[in-house]
Amino acid sequence: MKWLRRSSIEPLWKEEFSVRTGDERYVTRRQLTKFLVLTSFGMFVGNLWILLRSAFYKTRTYPQQTVARQGEIPVGGVKLFSYPGEEDHCIIVRTAENEHVGYSQKCTHLSCAVYYSRESDRLECPCHKGFFSVADGSVLQGPPSRPLPRIVLENRGDEIVAVAVKVS
Amino acid sequence: MTISNNVECPAKTRGLTAIAGAMSLIAVLLIVQIWLLSAALESFLAGKRGSALPAAIFSGVMFLICFGLYLFVNRVDSNVRDSSREQ
Repeated sequence: MKWLRRSSIEPLWKEEFSVRTGDERYVTRRQLTKFLVLTSFGMFVGNLWILLRSAFYKTRTYPQQTVARQGEIPVGGVKLFSYPGEEDHCIIVRTAENEHVGYSQKCTHLSCAVYYSRESDRLECPCHKGFFSVADGSVLQGPPSRPLPRIVLENRGDEIVAVAVKVS
Repeated sequence: MTISNNVECPAKTRGLTAIAGAMSLIAVLLIVQIWLLSAALESFLAGKRGSALPAAIFSGVMFLICFGLYLFVNRVDSNVRDSSREQ
């Protein structure tokens, strides 16, 4: 690895703390170049990490959980619940007589909790004014670039059951 | 206190210009890499996994170019040091 060897025969401390202006400029530029290349390597490692996560991604299985009873939520009303884990806060909205929709309550921008605005019929993030469609969770306005993860709901008799989380 | 010695040494000035050029190129490539990483992450979090491979390949190519430029900077540095030592 000849090309990786230090170029000078002088001790490193003399190289790095030169008394000559010209040499000093070289040292700072060389060090900055080294830092930039290391950062570039970091970016590459980050991309590799994403690639590995994508390659070894396993489809998650979700539990079935009763989140509400039919008629429990009034039309235009909401109920908060946790699904699939205790820390995964979600919101269910009754949009019509026989229609309920569920979404993760975590904004896809910076994870603030979204709430349902009945007046504008949309899900709103109060932190940075990100608005999501209540029909499909897509972004209507604001900084979020991804739609809200949707909770797949099934009507089973008297109960509304969450069966999966759909990230799109 | 530092002593200015690069006024009479054009090789040194040329070397500095070459290094500055290489650094600018590295900086541009780095900005593209940062954008690529954020786009790949965004896409991964959105559940689209098809873009991870091309992003990793392009990022790897850009890192190799940056590394090549770093070697170039090292070589220029070494040449200038040798020439200034001979003077």
